[in-house]
Amino acid sequence: MTATPVHAPVPGARKGTDPRRSAPRHGLALGPWGTFLLRRLAGLVAVATTLVVVTFLIVQLIPGDPARVLAGADASPADIERLRGRLGLDQTLSARFADYAGGLLHGDLGLSFQTREPVADIIATRLPFTAELALLAVLVVLLVAVPLGLAIAVRGSRRTDTAFTFTTSLVGATPEYVIGTLLVLVLAVVLGAFPAAGAETLASLVLPVAAIALPGSCVMARIVRREAASVLAQDYMRTARGRRLPPLTLYTRHALPNLLTAALTLGGLILASLLGGTVIVESVFAWPGMGQRVVEAILARDYPVIQGCVLVLGLLAALLNLVVDVVLALLDPRTLAGKGGH
Amino acid sequence: MRTASPSPTPPRSPRPNPALWAGVTGLALIALLGVIGPLVWTDTATTLSGAAREGVSAEHWLGTDALGRDVLARTLVATRLTLLMTLAATAIAGTAGILLGTLVWVSGPRVRELGLRLIDVMVSYPALILALVVSAVLGAGPTAAVVSIGLGGCPAFARLTANMAASVAQRDFVSTARLTGVPPHRVLARHLLPNIAGPLIVLLSVAFAQVLTALSGLSFLGLGVQSPEYDWGALLSTGLEALYTNPAEAIGPAVAITVTGVLASFVGDGLAAGSDPRGGPVATAAARPAEHPGPSGRAPENALLIVDGLSVERPDGTRLVDGVSFHVMPGEIVGLVGESGSGKSLTAMTVARLLPDGLTSHAARLTLDDLDLDARRVDAARLATEVGIVFQDPSASFNPALRIGGQLTEVLRTHQGVSRAQARAEAIEALEKVRILNPEAVARQYPHELSGGMRQRAMIASAVLPGPKLIVADEPTTALDVTVQAEVLDLLRETNRRRGTGMLFISHDIGVVSTLCHRIVVMYAGRVVEELSARDLRAGRARHPYTKALLAAAPRLADHEDDALDEAGRRRPLATIAGRPPAAAERPAGCAFAARCPLVHQRCTHELPVPREGVACHAVASSTLAATARDDA
Repeated sequence: MTATPVHAPVPGARKGTDPRRSAPRHGLALGPWGTFLLRRLAGLVAVATTLVVVTFLIVQLIPGDPARVLAGADASPADIERLRGRLGLDQTLSARFADYAGGLLHGDLGLSFQTREPVADIIATRLPFTAELALLAVLVVLLVAVPLGLAIAVRGSRRTDTAFTFTTSLVGATPEYVIGTLLVLVLAVVLGAFPAAGAETLASLVLPVAAIALPGSCVMARIVRREAASVLAQDYMRTARGRRLPPLTLYTRHALPNLLTAALTLGGLILASLLGGTVIVESVFAWPGMGQRVVEAILARDYPVIQGCVLVLGLLAALLNLVVDVVLALLDPRTLAGKGGH
Repeated sequence: MRTASPSPTPPRSPRPNPALWAGVTGLALIALLGVIGPLVWTDTATTLSGAAREGVSAEHWLGTDALGRDVLARTLVATRLTLLMTLAATAIAGTAGILLGTLVWVSGPRVRELGLRLIDVMVSYPALILALVVSAVLGAGPTAAVVSIGLGGCPAFARLTANMAASVAQRDFVSTARLTGVPPHRVLARHLLPNIAGPLIVLLSVAFAQVLTALSGLSFLGLGVQSPEYDWGALLSTGLEALYTNPAEAIGPAVAITVTGVLASFVGDGLAAGSDPRGGPVATAAARPAEHPGPSGRAPENALLIVDGLSVERPDGTRLVDGVSFHVMPGEIVGLVGESGSGKSLTAMTVARLLPDGLTSHAARLTLDDLDLDARRVDAARLATEVGIVFQDPSASFNPALRIGGQLTEVLRTHQGVSRAQARAEAIEALEKVRILNPEAVARQYPHELSGGMRQRAMIASAVLPGPKLIVADEPTTALDVTVQAEVLDLLRETNRRRGTGMLFISHDIGVVSTLCHRIVVMYAGRVVEELSARDLRAGRARHPYTKALLAAAPRLADHEDDALDEAGRRRPLATIAGRPPAAAERPAGCAFAARCPLVHQRCTHELPVPREGVACHAVASSTLAATARDDA
């Protein structure tokens, strides 16, 4: 697939043809790709802004008096008052937001209530671990699900189809933490083949990634299979078969781009949810990532850490979606013209 | 797959789906457990039996927990709380999601655009992390867990609902309702919701499974149900702590979560398969010996395409095309005409070797020049270059993801070893020949950037480009506007004249066929009923009652004929052919047209008419006989 912007007006070509067909529909100087990227970046900014507001609201929305709730049952009124000052609850809402957002702009995410560590430092040490897990899981899901789903759609006999449906239903409906538990039980406890916890060696990546990617792969493979069946039944596939192309060309050049478009449109949701799986699986494997930390923080009501982690996890998800969108646009020229072409 | 009995399979009806039944029955049992569980086993589940973290035993099938309580009993008791929480959270996700997803479609364009964007943004946020936010605000606990998972599931629900509502909302009846001022809530209740109710139920059962695992996940993390209460997730979490010492403790809740989730997804899949006509396995072709009519030997040996005794069968043995014979001379355009279901397109696709999966064909002879099209394997390169195909729907027959130029040059590049640059130049020339302005630019465009007429012209260019001996055109004008139809017919005629390419032109429109083709083959119910020259057809010398009925039903041809006007010079109303062709499995032993034929007599209903002088009809045969006898007398 080439991705060069092709809709630059051909000199002298505009006259005599319908301008709607030979000229880009949007953006005068930008071309469809410029418009597309600008739009997506604007979307990213919107998401980031929303995330800032939401994380800000986490503290503000705590029912009752946040300071009293946070200080605990046996706090003295003086303690509560001190906490109120530290949370800035004595200021107006807008002043508090300005303070929060201003801090973010300078990379200041506040200090952990528990450890007094800067939240930015906590995230800096934890983020690479989570990103590593999530990205590897995304990669594994795509590399397993797409070939598998396509192969079943192309070659599946009734029997393999039944086996595929049954296995993917079973594994796809099994939550990551159950799979993780079972993997630990079989591969770490009984066989001792992989470390059960921690992130010391490369081998310790295998079980967590498998736990996250297995259910995702199954769900994705089913989507791919269904979409592949529908792509293979399309008229343009008959046209391609009419050209007697070799099977590899038929499936990679003609089916795959359309298949991926359809599968990613649905599967984008799955890829984003892998991040959620990461959060849970980190607890199973004592993986020192952000998921484990944010759960600790919620249990300890350590709000600055919660806010920081949620913000960064959200941005990570948004970035993942941006990548999916760009890939979709590369695969299907129609998506460039406008979102979904409603 | 060999079909056991020759009885025809009934048309696809909602078949009992084993997965669906397993899912429904299983979930009903689990619901029952939820009702009676706490009543029966609460005592056992809270009794401290003494031995802590004891393994599997006859007394404790899944062992005991850290306080010596029976894990199996606790798992069973936890069913109720788990199910109730799951139901509540599913209800929240479903209600909020469906409302949001449909409301954007009944509101104005600005609100809709904004709403869809908002849903997109929310979906881009993993549900679990949204749930963490709610848990952080409300504090860990069952209520927080239900609310947070419910809200966390809402965006995905809203987006899928919005997608489904989009397809309904853009249909005419909804637009009409909106334009005529029906208030939004009525559009929603009367038009939108009923039309997406089926898929919504599927979504709900899928959501139930997801909510179950998400909720258990929160409890597993310690953010859900708090001790001393417990659900499956909390049990699994405590079980995990003792994984090394007592693995059985984690098994009970893990199995419970998994089984319930799987059963719910079975229900979802089963319902989805029932509502999706694409679902269900495709039957594969049966290897079935069948008697075939011998060669008729009527085709001249120098014919370009010879089709002799061609049959196409479904796996159950039903003949869709039965003993069809005709030929195409070099440079000749032969029209294959008939109503839908007559087998004309299947005949054409057999010639092009593009039969859909599951159908099998046999022929006494099926050759294009010296190329045997009935062989098990046919040289792909020869097939690709010697047969050009123009399909019915140009908007669906080009690959949307590939540029026009790349699709046009595929045969040249793959089978004829033409260089990229050379192929490109030839493609541009071919586009020019089909009167596409600015062919260089069009070659670089994607199909969606072209109009329907342009696409069909590009399709003709694609079929002509490798220099085929035969072009098979399957209803190439049916999907086009009338004005564009004429252009496309002109192009085909011109191609035939300029290059001498033989053509097999399939149409249901006898008017179109009679103006374009040299010879016409009329098909009815899988058989050829008449074959005649275009001149005879235009001169009103069609003899088969079906051909005559088709002519009477065709407006364009009849307009030029004197007999379209009655005695007073008024135009006669168009005739319609009463009744329908019989379904392939229900064709009678006699003439298939008998039930609709004005000339039917007794012989027709039980004896199959054989083609005689180009007509397969008892009535025509006996009247010819009578005429001959009269002339002789």
